[in-house]
Amino acid sequence: MSATILVWALVVAQTFLAIAMGCAAFRLLIGPRAQDRILGLDTLYVNAMLLLLTFGIRTGSTLYFEIALVIALLGFVATVALAKFLMRGEVIE
Amino acid sequence: MTRWLPYPLVSLALLVLWLLLNQSLGPGQFILGAALAVGGALALTALEPPNLRLRRPGAILELSFLVIADIVRSNVAVARIILGPRRPDETSGFMSIPLEMRAPYGLAALAIIITSTPGTLWVGFDSARGILTIHVLDLIDEASWIATIKQRYERRLMEIFE
Amino acid sequence: MTDGTDLPAWAAILTALFVVAGAGLTLIGSLGLLRLGSFYQRLHAPTLGTTLGTGGILIGSMIFFSALGTRPVLHEILIAVFVTVTTPVTFILLVRATRQRGTDLPPPSPPEKNTKDLAH
Repeated sequence: MSATILVWALVVAQTFLAIAMGCAAFRLLIGPRAQDRILGLDTLYVNAMLLLLTFGIRTGSTLYFEIALVIALLGFVATVALAKFLMRGEVIE
Repeated sequence: MTRWLPYPLVSLALLVLWLLLNQSLGPGQFILGAALAVGGALALTALEPPNLRLRRPGAILELSFLVIADIVRSNVAVARIILGPRRPDETSGFMSIPLEMRAPYGLAALAIIITSTPGTLWVGFDSARGILTIHVLDLIDEASWIATIKQRYERRLMEIFE
Repeated sequence: MTDGTDLPAWAAILTALFVVAGAGLTLIGSLGLLRLGSFYQRLHAPTLGTTLGTGGILIGSMIFFSALGTRPVLHEILIAVFVTVTTPVTFILLVRATRQRGTDLPPPSPPEKNTKDLAH
């Protein structure tokens, strides 16, 4: 019984996160300005990380945790580099 | 002690990070983590970070609970704004707050608190004049926001960091 | 779903609650990214996902793996700490880049003097 509840909760959560990723991707596509796109990309990264964590709960494997950590690191570096690029026109000065 | 462990807090944090990542308390991982902790802190000396003095650990705990409660409350408030009817742009805006705090770590902690509370966003801090600029999503009562940040956060952070 | 059967009922229900709450808040935050009118308003929306959204799913994951493995699993704290510390940095940089490019909103009262403020 409780296992069914958990399975359904995970399905609902993953649907939520997938829609959330869709919203972020939409903002990434429509802009209107470059900073909106960067914000959309950052949100997309966070949502993808959370989706991976729910996959980890679903399969019972801690391997997904490490992928989520790497995604979080990459998302941070990518967003900072893009914001720096907006600010200065180049990333490495 | 000071030669091999110039920043004991950083070393401790690195050791805990290593042990958490490896999910073990075995002696081998402990030695590897200790090596990372000492090496990482020694590498940090090249950057010459300002000295960190922490006072009143009880106040840190109190502030953490306060911030978590505020995060929950403002999450609900912002969720309500998002799901509510479309609002005019005038309800959100920038505001300036004069701060007395100058401790760099205190200001960093305040930046984390303000940004991670949905509804408020750290924009910039003018260190010459001591004026903090934030952006507030629900800017109806400016005075109450100033009171919140100064009374709730700044006072406690100054107790901890100064 | 491989191991759900040997999980105690309280852990399954708690995990379900935390995960659904976290995912729901993340969804609301991302909806706000679409619904809110100006860029600065939209900046507030994703913080729902990076605070309680991440927190809820991480707590759910901690409960699940701790109950499954019968020992505390705490390494989710690392993600929480990392996300909490890095979100202000990305947002501050993004705000500063936006203000440097000129915005659709008038700049705040202490103007461009504080561009190298947050260096420490």
